[in-house]
Amino acid sequence: MTTNLTTSKADKIDRLAELTARRETASGGSLWVEALRRLRSSKMALIGGGVMAVFIVLAVIGPWIAPHDPTAQLWRDEVRVNQSIFVGPRGDNWLGLDHLGRDQLSRMLVGARQTLLVGVVATLLGFVVGVLIGGLSGAALAFGGKAGRRVDTVLMRVIDMALALPSLLLAVSIAAVLGQSLTTVMIAVGVVQIPIFARLLRGSMLAQASADYVLAARALGVRRRRIVLGHVLPNSLGPVIVQTTLALATAIIEAAALSYLGLGNPDAAQPEWGVMLAQAQRFFDQAPMMAVYPALGIIITALGFTLLGEAMREALDPKLRS
Amino acid sequence: MSLLELDDVKVHFPVKRGVLFDRTVGHVYAVDGVSLSVTAGQTYGLVGESGCGKTTLGRAILRLNDITAGHVVFDGTDLAALPDEEMRRARRRLQMVFQDPLGSLNPRQNIESILAEGMAAHGIGADREERRTRILEILERVGLPATALSRYPHEFSGGQRQRIGIARALVLEPDLIICDEPVSALDVSIQAQVLNLLEELQDSLGLTYVVIAHDLAVVRHISDVIGVMYLGQLVEEAPSDVLYAEPRHPYTRALMSAVPVPDPDLEDSRERILLRGDLPSPANPPTGCRFHTRCPWRQAERCDTERPALTDIGGGHRVACHFAAEIADGTLEPVRELAPKLLGAETPAAEVPAEVPADAAAQREKGERGEKESTTP
Repeated sequence: MTTNLTTSKADKIDRLAELTARRETASGGSLWVEALRRLRSSKMALIGGGVMAVFIVLAVIGPWIAPHDPTAQLWRDEVRVNQSIFVGPRGDNWLGLDHLGRDQLSRMLVGARQTLLVGVVATLLGFVVGVLIGGLSGAALAFGGKAGRRVDTVLMRVIDMALALPSLLLAVSIAAVLGQSLTTVMIAVGVVQIPIFARLLRGSMLAQASADYVLAARALGVRRRRIVLGHVLPNSLGPVIVQTTLALATAIIEAAALSYLGLGNPDAAQPEWGVMLAQAQRFFDQAPMMAVYPALGIIITALGFTLLGEAMREALDPKLRS
Repeated sequence: MSLLELDDVKVHFPVKRGVLFDRTVGHVYAVDGVSLSVTAGQTYGLVGESGCGKTTLGRAILRLNDITAGHVVFDGTDLAALPDEEMRRARRRLQMVFQDPLGSLNPRQNIESILAEGMAAHGIGADREERRTRILEILERVGLPATALSRYPHEFSGGQRQRIGIARALVLEPDLIICDEPVSALDVSIQAQVLNLLEELQDSLGLTYVVIAHDLAVVRHISDVIGVMYLGQLVEEAPSDVLYAEPRHPYTRALMSAVPVPDPDLEDSRERILLRGDLPSPANPPTGCRFHTRCPWRQAERCDTERPALTDIGGGHRVACHFAAEIADGTLEPVRELAPKLLGAETPAAEVPAEVPADAAAQREKGERGEKESTTP
């Protein structure tokens, strides 16, 4: 009891020391540090980050904690689809069984990894290619003179064309070329993100390029490359980072939609939330809960990412700078 | 000896339109033929209303804007003709102080990094230590503590930020500093401090300034020679005292008369020239004298068609007006409609009610009533 009391007291003192120290470093800290500090005190970021953390942990350890084999039809005899007999939650299967007698909970846990993988890889693809194109385009237009303007025009028209293509159509075409697989879904969703990242970074860079401190750097005689990499780019990344978290949410939803349409993993036995949703749809009137679990999973995860993204946007908002 | 010589400098911005390929549909004549010379060790003040091209001219000197035509001769070299890389190196000797002290500092850089950047770009100082010594020296000169080094722009006050901006220019040991509205973003009490700092630095370092401002009091305080700009052109240029004592161009007279006098009796009775209308678009400037659309002394024919040249009327006083002498002698009468209130003139109060249409008067009455209603709780 006494040890408990003293530790809590020590905790408090530590916290106090930490707080004062933080204030000191804040006065000398950069804006990134300040944004991070604001992010930590935001409830939205806490909830979003919490959801994200749980999701990532589940995705990583899912296959090990799954109580049953997600692909084995262990209770096949208990489910009779043509007689409308489904099995709901029970002691052995917390979320019940699906239409083929497989354990729903295990399928959810193992499926999380696929869903996360699709989201992260697709977003990464969109981010890397989009930032390259957008950065090049923005830098060329702002500092490249006449030739730069031409480079920007060509790049942006290509991006506009990509924007004009519906993502589903794009995915179907990519699937036709690459064959139906999870990689197809990743590429399709990633490619759809490219123009968004490119446009966003380009616009942000153009706004920064006309800022007074860039003019001041030019007046100082700073070289162009240093102005782009040292001034414009770091100040333009804020919105792009926020977009990354929001894109993760969209990517998960879009990947689920593509899987739902049957463009994903051809092995239908492999669990993935989008596939699960698609399969459950056929029995929606008889066993609605079968669709609710993967749907809830997708919604909560997407919401978590979106909340975190919103909180980051607020933390990085220049209007909130002291 | 003149350090900076501008010869017929023009900065025209193309107005572009087009879907795939831009097509030039016109030009904005931001600066349209300015010639002036700045003497070493002196301060040249550039005044004029918003949009007259004074900032564009200041930036053109540093080639931050492209110069369409003309020569900018700095210490014997024509900057307008220099290749980009040589221009970049030439910028060590020509520096700039900006209007917005916060906006002109990168929020992600600390003060040391801001001040060291220019030195690195021009290879001044062998290593970090050497640069830091130099930076500390300059910080002291502009009145900032050494502890400022590791701090960020948003932690300083407006006046301090402007000192940082001045220090950034000074570390490169320039000969000429272009100050673009150096104090207009600051509190009045801080304005004086910064202006005094600029003057002290000029005395101790032998700097030459081009000060761009719209505040006539600021320019008068700091300048040796003042140039007045209107719609991309210089309309009058004179030594500071002369210009304030005897403004010759109608536009300068109107500008001067807009400065309030702290004596209420004098304020009520002094000359006031209220100009009618707005500044014409620099994309479509008036023919002839550019001021003729608003000039109370405008004469038929000549003012509309012939562009007046900047001519010396003695003592370094240059005016671009066909009728400067006649106006000064008082032989030319101003037109009242363009300048309702003029020196000694009776206020045409009797005319005003007659000119107001009935519905407008009713509306005004209504507005007044509405105001009263809103004030009663």
